[in-house]
Amino acid sequence: MKAKHQRLTLAIGALVALGGAGALGLSTLGDSATYFYAPSDVAKKPPAKGEAIRLGGLVEMGSVAHAGAATVAFVVTDNAKTVPVRYTGIVPDLFREGQGVIAEGRFDERGMFVADTILAKHDEKYMPPEVAGTLHKVPGTVG
Amino acid sequence: MHRFANPARFLRIARAVTPWLVLPGLAITAAALYIGLFASPPDYQQGDSVRIMYVHVPAAWLGSGGYLGLAIASLTALVWRHPLANVAGRAIALPGALFTAICLVSGSLWGKPTWGTYWVWDARLTSMLVLLFLYLGYLALSAAESDRPEARGAAILSLVGTINLPIIKYSVEWWNTLHQGPSITVTKNAIAPEMLLPLLLSVAGFSLLFAGIVLMRMRTELATTRVAVRSRRLAEAHA
Repeated sequence: MKAKHQRLTLAIGALVALGGAGALGLSTLGDSATYFYAPSDVAKKPPAKGEAIRLGGLVEMGSVAHAGAATVAFVVTDNAKTVPVRYTGIVPDLFREGQGVIAEGRFDERGMFVADTILAKHDEKYMPPEVAGTLHKVPGTVG
Repeated sequence: MHRFANPARFLRIARAVTPWLVLPGLAITAAALYIGLFASPPDYQQGDSVRIMYVHVPAAWLGSGGYLGLAIASLTALVWRHPLANVAGRAIALPGALFTAICLVSGSLWGKPTWGTYWVWDARLTSMLVLLFLYLGYLALSAAESDRPEARGAAILSLVGTINLPIIKYSVEWWNTLHQGPSITVTKNAIAPEMLLPLLLSVAGFSLLFAGIVLMRMRTELATTRVAVRSRRLAEAHA
């Protein structure tokens, strides 16, 4: 009975220590584990000149404009700050105004974010089209 | 708990319970997949690719839930020296690893038509891949220790790996990720009822099958051990 209690104490102690070590490790990891920066993050801490970053947020409603055959310009917003983005290539099917987007690329001299990859980030809502249609207007597809 | 320590008693109970897990599990899974793949509506954004959810979500749940079961079995083995605990751990690890792999593959196939990529190294996808590696490490270590019943390496490894479970769960909240946040929490549900029904059925059906498979694997291991012991005794008697 006594040995069992010793082992239980040891196991709980080890798990608490493990949790503490994990929490410390994660807090050190902090922002470097982030997959993308929001426009507010970029405004607060601008990336170095020519540094490749990922920029994420919502495609601002009404901002998508086609420039040439396969070039699209739009604005990424986090409802606080905005960043203009330009991309040449094929955008994912779910690239839509009002929906999430992640752009990989770098800022040019004029503050335009030139993307070489576009990923669509969808939210956690799932519903049939009819329901979406009655709740709010389905955003127009682009691209 | 030590009421089930007697393998003969455990075998009797497990044999009686198994069909009550497997048969409803098969029926509910079949119903869930029929509704999910054919009879439920497409998504307003994703169209038909949302149907991957009815396999992806139960696989993710059983991959991580199975790991919690593995960790509890390992703790029971280390602290209480329960004779069936490591048998249960080994029985859980293989289907747990399989469902984690199904989660990763189905998620990858879902990512291409929705996100535009099969894979990114964001916190959710990476921590789920680490879970698969933890399972594989446990399987390899417990196979290496199989001739030493007193060995504890695999059990300790699985306990250390539990640190990954909260990381998987909260990865989408702690960091910006490509993977979206949780659709269902204690306070909200962002899935329409006609899509939630096949999802919950699918989670229930696959879970019953998982439990049935674990019991069958435990029975198989106990039977194999018994055969080995008997043939050794026979060999000694004839020697």
